[in-house]
Amino acid sequence: MSEVPLLDVRDLTVEFHTRRGTVRAVEHIDLTLAKGETLAIVGESGSGKSVTSYAVMRILDRAGRIAEGSVRFTGLNVHDATEEAMRDLRGREMSMIFQNPRAALNPIRKVGRQIADILVRHVQAASNDAAEKAVEALEQVRIARPRERYHAYPFELSGGMCQRVVIALALACRPQLLIADEPTTGLDVTTQKAVMDLVVELTRERGMSTILITHDLGLAAAYCDRVVVMEKGHVVETADSKAIFKAPAHGYTKKLMRATPRPGVTLRDLLPEDSPSTSPRLRGEVVARSAAGEEAPPRIATVEKAPHPDPLPASGEREKDGVGGEAEPLLVVEKLVKEYPRQGAPAGLKKLFAKRPSPEPDVFRAVDGISFSVDRGESVGLVGESGCGKSTTSMMVMRLLDKTDGMIRFAGGDIGEIPAKNFARLPARSRIQMVFQDPTDSLNPRFTAARAIADPILRLGEAGGRDAVRARCEDLARQVGLPIELLDRFPHQLSGGQKARVGIARAIALKPDLIILDEPTAALDVSVQAVVLNLLQDLKDTLRMSYLFVSHDLNVVRLLCNRVIVMRTGRIVEQGETSRVLKAPEADYTRDLLAAIPHPPL
Amino acid sequence: MLAMILKRLLVAIPSLIGVVIITFLLTRALPGDPAAYFAGPAATQEAIAQVRAKLGLDQPLPTQFMRYAADLARGDLGTSLTTGQPVATEIRNRLPASAELTLLGLIISVLIAVPLGILAATRPGSLVDHACRVLTTAGVSLPVFFTGLILVYVFYYLLGFAPAPLGRLDVFFSAPEAITGFYLLDSLIARDLETFRAALAQLLLPALTLAIFSLAPIARMTRASMLAVLASDFVRTARANGLTPFTVVVTYAFRNAMLPVVTTLGMVFSFLLGANVLVEKVFAWPGIGSYAVEALIASDFAPVQGFVLTMAALYVALNLVIDILYGLIDPRVRIEA
Amino acid sequence: MTPLTFRRDEPAARTSGLLAVVKHGRYVIGENPVTGFAFALFVVIVFAAVFGPYVVPYDPLASDTAAALKGPSAAHWFGTDQLGRDVFSRVVVATRLDFVIALASVALVFAMGGLAGVAAGFFGGWTDRIVGRLADTIMAFPLFVLAMGIVAALGNTVQNIVIATAIVNFPLYARIARSEANIRRDAGFVMAARLSGNGEFRILLAHILPNIMPIMIVQMSLTMGYAILNAAGLSFIGLGVRPPTAEWGIMVAEGAAFMVSGEWWIAFFPGLALMVAVFCFNLLGDGLRDIVDPQRRT
Repeated sequence: MSEVPLLDVRDLTVEFHTRRGTVRAVEHIDLTLAKGETLAIVGESGSGKSVTSYAVMRILDRAGRIAEGSVRFTGLNVHDATEEAMRDLRGREMSMIFQNPRAALNPIRKVGRQIADILVRHVQAASNDAAEKAVEALEQVRIARPRERYHAYPFELSGGMCQRVVIALALACRPQLLIADEPTTGLDVTTQKAVMDLVVELTRERGMSTILITHDLGLAAAYCDRVVVMEKGHVVETADSKAIFKAPAHGYTKKLMRATPRPGVTLRDLLPEDSPSTSPRLRGEVVARSAAGEEAPPRIATVEKAPHPDPLPASGEREKDGVGGEAEPLLVVEKLVKEYPRQGAPAGLKKLFAKRPSPEPDVFRAVDGISFSVDRGESVGLVGESGCGKSTTSMMVMRLLDKTDGMIRFAGGDIGEIPAKNFARLPARSRIQMVFQDPTDSLNPRFTAARAIADPILRLGEAGGRDAVRARCEDLARQVGLPIELLDRFPHQLSGGQKARVGIARAIALKPDLIILDEPTAALDVSVQAVVLNLLQDLKDTLRMSYLFVSHDLNVVRLLCNRVIVMRTGRIVEQGETSRVLKAPEADYTRDLLAAIPHPPL
Repeated sequence: MLAMILKRLLVAIPSLIGVVIITFLLTRALPGDPAAYFAGPAATQEAIAQVRAKLGLDQPLPTQFMRYAADLARGDLGTSLTTGQPVATEIRNRLPASAELTLLGLIISVLIAVPLGILAATRPGSLVDHACRVLTTAGVSLPVFFTGLILVYVFYYLLGFAPAPLGRLDVFFSAPEAITGFYLLDSLIARDLETFRAALAQLLLPALTLAIFSLAPIARMTRASMLAVLASDFVRTARANGLTPFTVVVTYAFRNAMLPVVTTLGMVFSFLLGANVLVEKVFAWPGIGSYAVEALIASDFAPVQGFVLTMAALYVALNLVIDILYGLIDPRVRIEA
Repeated sequence: MTPLTFRRDEPAARTSGLLAVVKHGRYVIGENPVTGFAFALFVVIVFAAVFGPYVVPYDPLASDTAAALKGPSAAHWFGTDQLGRDVFSRVVVATRLDFVIALASVALVFAMGGLAGVAAGFFGGWTDRIVGRLADTIMAFPLFVLAMGIVAALGNTVQNIVIATAIVNFPLYARIARSEANIRRDAGFVMAARLSGNGEFRILLAHILPNIMPIMIVQMSLTMGYAILNAAGLSFIGLGVRPPTAEWGIMVAEGAAFMVSGEWWIAFFPGLALMVAVFCFNLLGDGLRDIVDPQRRT
């Protein structure tokens, strides 16, 4: 390409003034973007990928500034331009769409008015035809009944719909450059696909250039021509998206690539290749600690090495895990129902039901008569998009929530009949435990790691003196690969991966039979996720537990689960062996879900 | 919209009932025998018994409450012991004086506080910002009666700008014909500029005292909510789309920032109505506050009770107005109603 | 095996936690000298409250008609009032009464409102409805007016001023405690505590309450100022404390009549003391908030 690139970033360094002094969020990075090209910037949290885009738009907040280097947009130096000139550029020549679309819109202004504001600002419309043009803009992002939606407020729209409005805002003036900053994080996978397809189609149609900022390497490779990988403020690799999956050059890219769950790999494949002799748990520790930026060398602990089994053992092999082939499954759920009074239903769901012509029932069925079972030693995945009832189901099985109807049998006993309030102190409590989605939220900020792990032992276990409890804590810490010296730290002094380990240690402290994993890695970076998933697999094998794994991510479920249950609007649409369901899905919805996962060009 | 107002009205009813119950209970909590209390210190046993029967104090509590509520419904708040006048009449006559003072104080403080808060939020770390912070922290620390006295000392005794702090109008003027009961408005309606100026001169210092008092919470909340809104995602979107700073601050940020400020107004009203009592005492203002204070000193309970009830009813009404105002700004409230 | 014996197991962690708070506190004070200043002022106030009556130069109640209405001088730093009493001595001695009234009412409302609010937020349902209704009813009154009514009804004593101030502050504490408990009610760590076999009361006391304490302590510091203002306001209009007791509100009321004739010091110095005390508690509350929760700085 010989012509002047649309965007040319040279040697860019961005500094932030903080209470602890100046921090360089981005250091000496180079980027070019040709007209009509789509470029992805990929990195984990803190890599400086968002800051780069803010510097391009020059919308860094007060504390941040471009310290060195230049940003040239169509030859114009963004660093030297006046604020007025930049304001004219923003929205008209370059625009941006953000993560969390609902927050990105003014909550008390009609969405149509918000689009009209921008059209009028950039003289794309006069005040008398602005409304008409705003309706057109809504139409272009495939919003049904745009004329009605013009008068809607953001809170009346679903998340995917809000993101469409944000896209309409960004594209209203037909800019040359669109920056999409994690545009689909927090959206369901089918919505993600719809949004991404729309963005690609509209930008391609208009010959626009796009920068996609994401943590998801798969998404980047599926939708972009080129990928820039960033780590800790530096660009470590730039390559064609085809090439980067085939032959990642830089070590960090390789690690990121490996850690990304995808078809055709096993759990072990997610871990870095180096030091194959060490137990996976110890390796996990190394990764988690380096992710937390700690310098101390990993403590060498003696951990019994767990041989890693195939994640999808043959059915014959599984029989051995059960207590005799004919025994009842560990958990049996039959015709389980949970109803809520309609008034409490969230706005998004209300919307869904409002389309029904018949008068609404007084109650909303979050879980609508589902039946399934979990065998001893089995991992079952519970998959579905937000609002499908998977979390409600897990809370009922967990006995934190009372069912409306149906039956929950656990190890032969009908636990569904025991009110959730009384369940906490029963011996059965210790046999079903849970690992929570957000490791930060699930730890009491005032408890040390040791105190958190000890809590179930003190309440339900045979504690037997404080030395014994402490010893048990250390034992558990060793089992989950948490360095013993971290036991006396408070949650805010631990990294995300370490907090996840504390949560897991607490869950296995009472040697439960069943653990419910509620999106245990959703809040973690992909490299830490790889380590935690492996740890969970190892623990399951050593402690002979069963897992009910609640997730929205089929690729993760594929790695950990023997069987999978797909849920939608409170019902089970399909269940079966993981390999079968993923290879040859029977239900249309499962096919949609699978198709919506970004497919990198392999 | 109408549905929302009706719904708010319905919500206000339990508050009013609660207010009536509490004022009723306050009467019954009087130390000693209320009959003896109401009969006066020199009454005989017979007279006390008579009063007890007359007041219905020999009846069971629910009956007494029904009677009390029935009296209220008829607008009967009892009779003052010291003046012998019906309390309701006195309060009605004195209310405009208090209302005029409080409203003017509030208007002054909103006019200063809101722009100050916005300026401080849009220029963090600037001189305006620091001034705002000092003013708000100092403002909430000032005892309102102390501010009033300082103003009197400076503007009346030292500088002689202000008239003596003795009521609504200098003795040389006669009150304008009562239409609204507000001297400022009534004198304007009567086209009597001399009286208007005199009334304003009397009103200015006490109103300023109230304004200084209520300035701090409003400015503080405006600044804080403006800062929060300016840092929000949708303002970043608006900026990233090149909207002018004016549109961003006024159309996008300001209306959103006003929501918590409007809510704060409820609390400010609560403070203002209380501070009103103290300011009226300092400036010998013939409003309902000083009426209550005089009655308190004379241990005359009926006016105090009437005063508490009136203030509470006023406050419930003001909160209703605030709720409606909130609904006007925020579509989420409007549509969910 | 009780949790207490277990906790002794980790003194290192405890002290390191405490040390971190002290360190952070020192950092905040260093960063924000105003908080340091407020803290120094607080020490002075406490000193005056405890030792005031023993260090003042004159008896606060002794009148000396010969020396009445004298302006500030070397002998009488803050001048003398209409009865010739030393204003400085009276201002210093009054500290104890005002401080104790404020402290007692804040402690009372913390116990009532804090616990009621936490229970309402955590249990929800009927507890929540009752506490909420009670708070709403109190909130339906302008607070100072309600305090007037309560003191008038219960009787004109210092004790009743404390009670009235506490009642009037009840909704504020109940609401803050309620919302803080409510957001933690479904937090992961509370669910985890349930899974660990903790009963509901245990969760409330051992898991939720300790997390809410810092916010409540900040609130206590902020409302100390309001409590002082409230008590002084009540005695200014002749409720509660009675002359000749030395109390800031009464002293301002007594001096008010002399303001228009130029004897400003009688009302000015007690008013100033009142202002400084309230100012100190407000600054301290803001500073504490910074220490407890750096994100909530405004």
